[in-house]
Amino acid sequence: MRDSSIALNRFGLGGRKGEAPPADPKRWLLDQFGRFEPRPAAVTALPGSSTLVTMFRDARDNQRDAKREADAAGGQMPDIAPELRPYRALRDAYGQAAAVRTNLALTTPAPFVERLIHFWANHFAVSIDKLVTLGLAGAFEFEAIRPNVLGKFSDLLLAVERHPAMLLYLDQAQSVGPDSMLGQIAARRGNKRGLNENLAREILELHTLGVRSGYGQEDVTELARALTGWSVGGLAQQPLLRGPGPGYWFAAPIHQPGDRTVLGKRYGQSGEAQGEAILRDLAAHPATARHIATKLARHFGGDEPPAALVTRLEQAFLKSGGDLPTVYRALIEAPEAWSGPAKFRTPWDWTLAALRAVGTQQLPALMNASTFNQLGQPIWRPGSPAGWDDTAPSWAGPDALYRRVEVAERIAARAGPLDARTLAEQLFPGALSEPSRKALAGAESPTQALALLLASPEMMRR
Amino acid sequence: MIDRRSLLTRSALLSGALFAPRLAWAAAPTERRLVFVIQRGAADGLATLAPTGDPAYASLRGELADLGGGTKLDGLFTLHPALTQLAARYQAGDALFVHATASPYRDRSHFDGQNVLETGGKLPYDRDDGWMNRLIGLLPGSDAKALALSPAIPTALRGPATVSSYAPTNLPDASAEFLQRVGRLYAEDPQLHGLWSEAVQTRAMAITVAEDNGRGAAAAGKLAASLMTGPEGARLVMVESNGWDTHAGQRGRLANQLGGLDAMLGALRDGLGAAWANTLVIVATEFGRTAAANGTGGTDHGTGGLAFMLGGRVKGGRVLADWPGLSPSALYEGRDLKPTTPLDAVLSGALAGHFGLDPALTARTLFPSGASKPLEGLIRA
Repeated sequence: MRDSSIALNRFGLGGRKGEAPPADPKRWLLDQFGRFEPRPAAVTALPGSSTLVTMFRDARDNQRDAKREADAAGGQMPDIAPELRPYRALRDAYGQAAAVRTNLALTTPAPFVERLIHFWANHFAVSIDKLVTLGLAGAFEFEAIRPNVLGKFSDLLLAVERHPAMLLYLDQAQSVGPDSMLGQIAARRGNKRGLNENLAREILELHTLGVRSGYGQEDVTELARALTGWSVGGLAQQPLLRGPGPGYWFAAPIHQPGDRTVLGKRYGQSGEAQGEAILRDLAAHPATARHIATKLARHFGGDEPPAALVTRLEQAFLKSGGDLPTVYRALIEAPEAWSGPAKFRTPWDWTLAALRAVGTQQLPALMNASTFNQLGQPIWRPGSPAGWDDTAPSWAGPDALYRRVEVAERIAARAGPLDARTLAEQLFPGALSEPSRKALAGAESPTQALALLLASPEMMRR
Repeated sequence: MIDRRSLLTRSALLSGALFAPRLAWAAAPTERRLVFVIQRGAADGLATLAPTGDPAYASLRGELADLGGGTKLDGLFTLHPALTQLAARYQAGDALFVHATASPYRDRSHFDGQNVLETGGKLPYDRDDGWMNRLIGLLPGSDAKALALSPAIPTALRGPATVSSYAPTNLPDASAEFLQRVGRLYAEDPQLHGLWSEAVQTRAMAITVAEDNGRGAAAAGKLAASLMTGPEGARLVMVESNGWDTHAGQRGRLANQLGGLDAMLGALRDGLGAAWANTLVIVATEFGRTAAANGTGGTDHGTGGLAFMLGGRVKGGRVLADWPGLSPSALYEGRDLKPTTPLDAVLSGALAGHFGLDPALTARTLFPSGASKPLEGLIRA
């Protein structure tokens, strides 16, 4: 029975109240590829990235106008009621999108696929500590990652690097080729406009090849040149850069002309095709296969990824041309994923597992944000493009554990009557420890037993 | 689980409170204190302490060269205008700057660079423990209790010396009866038992110091100071400061960041009172930023940068710099400030001087995979 516990907890998002453990764990995981909904109604009801880009532009312009008026009046910014502040709408959009993400995870028929979406959103992390990403972070996951989670890695990569959230988060949207039309005009007027290599570096270091995999500064700069023009329309004041509308736009006037050389290969394409050709080669590069395989192996096989598992996933990636379901199938078939040491759950993982355990279907939007903040992992706010760390030392801190225990008691108090003893056998079939069984049996009330279950060692790991 | 304060906190975070520091501390039976501030994201040393007297500076930096004022420290360097309290410490003789410095790390990844800075290794990930943790072992009475004032423990403090953690929270307290049962439930799980024991002890001690919730820059300085005074006070504290990666819009963002850092350091000094005389504060970042401005009003990842220290025993009022210059041929790989002073020599020299340790032993312990000769004369005898 232990395999069904691993399928539920390590591959999935934790068992759910009232659902029997899977009888055939591998089949249960594989069948999820067919059950997964890429565009559920809750997602399509949210504002898309073009709406959110416009909302950001309006907020920015309102803020600017308010500041201009305040400056003209010689005073400070007026004290505006919170609901009228320019960025309020974006903050609300963030709260709604974060609630949809959480509720999907609580109710999904395909928890393994939802976990993979969270994995990729963290691999290609954008963080809402920039205002420009605040509204767009949810749309990034729903538009770029979710529809491609069961596709090719190259398509996922291209969707990610073209999404306005990524282009704005890592400053690509404003990067100007010095010899582009606009770069030359600016130079003649004495305005220095030029390259920004932020996105190009993170593509090589974080998204594809991985750090220390053999690329150099010149590769970063050449990729940055090739990607000039990958921009976002609907934001710029300048007519030349406004684009056809809000959203991704290849802005030819800022593209650096000429051939590029990346990793020793020459790219003679012009315009957008050049960057696309480089990204497709990077997606298929052996270093990328190794990098992705290592991260997946760490997520499912333990903090020290087993070498045999890395090799299996790497081979599946290379042989299938980066076909992600092929890689996931190799993962499901790999013995290392079913035997490795348990992972310490992140705050996100633990909270989902606790809420699923008590059968929560929908979390109030405000509780959502507050809980993940207090537990140390606010949604879409890892603080850096490297995303959240995926090893225990980042999460297994004394205070972090204490907070979970506090939250466990709160969740149990709201959950209503439940027999924690039978629930425990269902959540961890064949894997419940004797001390936990005893603690539940000896609790002073059903609510306390449930709180102890949510705080139990089994619940802290997957 | 919801209350008004946590909502306020959330909106403060989202509205761009750039300085959201997290702290970590360690206690030891010495009167000497250390605060290590890590600026995550590669702080721009060339704008923090700007070489305005270098003939190449203005053209490399363009609009960014105009800091909007500042304090001229000498013919070469101008301190950023947001750093008013730091300027006062310099005038008073207890702030010391080291320019054109770098760890042994020479590539430009934040995450690798921070790893080298925190572990004291020569290469990224060549060690698991951090130099602050190893420093605890050198201090008198090395049963020193160490503690991270963030939910988890930053790499610099990880290692064999036991480290607990604490950070202010808005969560309501759990009931005592339940907590005792959790303690018993964890008794046979070595990992959870250890974490739980540390958390329970620390909560008991920290209950009085979190009244302002520890948020904001000045509050962080005050909180750190209050945790370092008194008989149970910590001796080693680490403050994590995020948000220094200024690829675009650097002028405004950096001024905010530096203003926050200045307020934190000022509140720390005020809160320490007489203990300031026994305190060493070190501020460092993983690497510097490009000598030239980029095309988007910012700077990209570079190499050589700035570290500085302050405190009652620092032989300050000076800028230490074997200045390499900013002419094209003087730049590292044609783009970055060339590092001329090893950062590990600064750290081991200052820490040995401050704690009265043997310099060579300190260097070997903190930087075991190859240490530079410790710099002397950073601390008053």
